[in-house]
Amino acid sequence: MTRIEFDDVTVRAVTADGDRTLLAGVSAVLTESRVALIGPNGSGKSTLARLVNGLVEPAEGRVRVDGIDVTEHAAQVRRRVGFVFSDPAAQLVMPTAAEDVALSLRTRHRSSKDRRAAALAVLESYGLTEVADRSVHSLSGGQRQLLALAGVLATDPSVLVADEPTTLLDLRNSRRIGQLLFGLPQQLLLVTHDLELAAQCDRALLVEDGRVVADGPADSVVDHYRALA
Amino acid sequence: MTGRLAGGALLGLYRPGRTLLHRLPAGAKLLGLLVFGVVAVVLSGPWTAVAVLAAAAALAAWSGMGLRVLLHTLRGLLLIAVLLGAFQAWQRGWPAAVESVADLVALVLAATVLTATTPLDALLDTLTRLLRPARRVGVDPELVALACSLMIRAVPMTLDLAGQTRQAAVARGLQRNPRALVTPMVVRVAAQARATGEALQARGIGDRD
Ligand SMILES: Nc1ncnc2c1ncn2[C@@H]1O[C@H](COP(=O)(O)OP(=O)(O)OP(=O)(O)O)[C@@H](O)[C@H]1O
Ligand SMILES: [Mg+2]
Repeated sequence: MTRIEFDDVTVRAVTADGDRTLLAGVSAVLTESRVALIGPNGSGKSTLARLVNGLVEPAEGRVRVDGIDVTEHAAQVRRRVGFVFSDPAAQLVMPTAAEDVALSLRTRHRSSKDRRAAALAVLESYGLTEVADRSVHSLSGGQRQLLALAGVLATDPSVLVADEPTTLLDLRNSRRIGQLLFGLPQQLLLVTHDLELAAQCDRALLVEDGRVVADGPADSVVDHYRALA
Repeated sequence: MTGRLAGGALLGLYRPGRTLLHRLPAGAKLLGLLVFGVVAVVLSGPWTAVAVLAAAAALAAWSGMGLRVLLHTLRGLLLIAVLLGAFQAWQRGWPAAVESVADLVALVLAATVLTATTPLDALLDTLTRLLRPARRVGVDPELVALACSLMIRAVPMTLDLAGQTRQAAVARGLQRNPRALVTPMVVRVAAQARATGEALQARGIGDRD
């Protein structure tokens, strides 16, 4: 398993009315296979998740993935860390499903024939063969999220960070994506408001107001959060 | 969401097919588009412009992209064409207006034929190959090719966002208030651009090995 380390991390943002602290002195070492980040809106979950692949940089402290410093070696870390967002529209950048997956494979396969074959194989493994040559605009929300996930997993990361991957999906599709995420061999860091999903993880961190206020086995942290609400 | 459909049809939508246009190598079509563009601009006069437009329409028909896609493309262009035509007619008279509008529509049609008959991946490969010499002066051909694809994609996306913004304004009875249209539109486009940038960064696209 991979090892994600937050070492006394503080994140600040510059706003119109001065600096704002988004995360204050967060420390945690994550080695569990499934880790959930839960907490109210605006508490800092996404900020914490984004630190893992350098989309956000710490003002103080360090973030490491398998001992590699994210700030110093961002490209190296990104090759290990895949990231899915809630809105797949922003993540799909090519016109068709097959081309979008192929884009992830550009560094691995130089010839476009090989790349297309590899992309089709990826699509097949996610049950997306039918939509291979369809415009990504014409896919349903569930298909798009599945495709976004396929595009990220095609790069074979060892960690997957998912920021509310099921928020925009209906019940059936969110179950499906949830099941898929939990079946992956990758280490999973999951930001979610779906407490049932969170409770299935090995560990959960409860974030409130830029701090980790509870950290432990997922079911007990979820119970604790439910009791607060 | 009607904006989505209309936008998706305008540029950047490959439609698989078996016409000769589909089978031509991407480089040949790219060169053809370049020649077509130069000819369209160099030949002057309203009648030649109309002839160039007819040629572009014939290409579009030949590509088998279908009347619906064609009409969607033209509808997306309508506002710009009308504004351009009116301005030219006012400044330089009718012949000039006909010429510039016909040239514009012809060029967009020709570009649409290229993107409708060529998978973007093939286009990217060709651009990457063509740009290879530029590597010596520090340009990354992969990145330039990707930037082209993002620009092509930005057209339907922006139309989409415009449609959403307009609908939101209509829902609040603000469709006549330019600020209720322009401000959220700019905010949305900027947010979308940022999200796209982050998604690309998260996928490691653009990172140097
Ligand atoms: N670039 C930024 N500049 C200023 N403030 C920011 C920036 N990014 C996030 N914030 C603020 O930081 C706080 C934490 O944001 P974050 O997105 O991490 O919260 P979250 O826990 O993911 O919330 P949600 O559940 O709503 O997604 C929020 O108050 C947000 O408004
Ligand atoms: Mg969030």
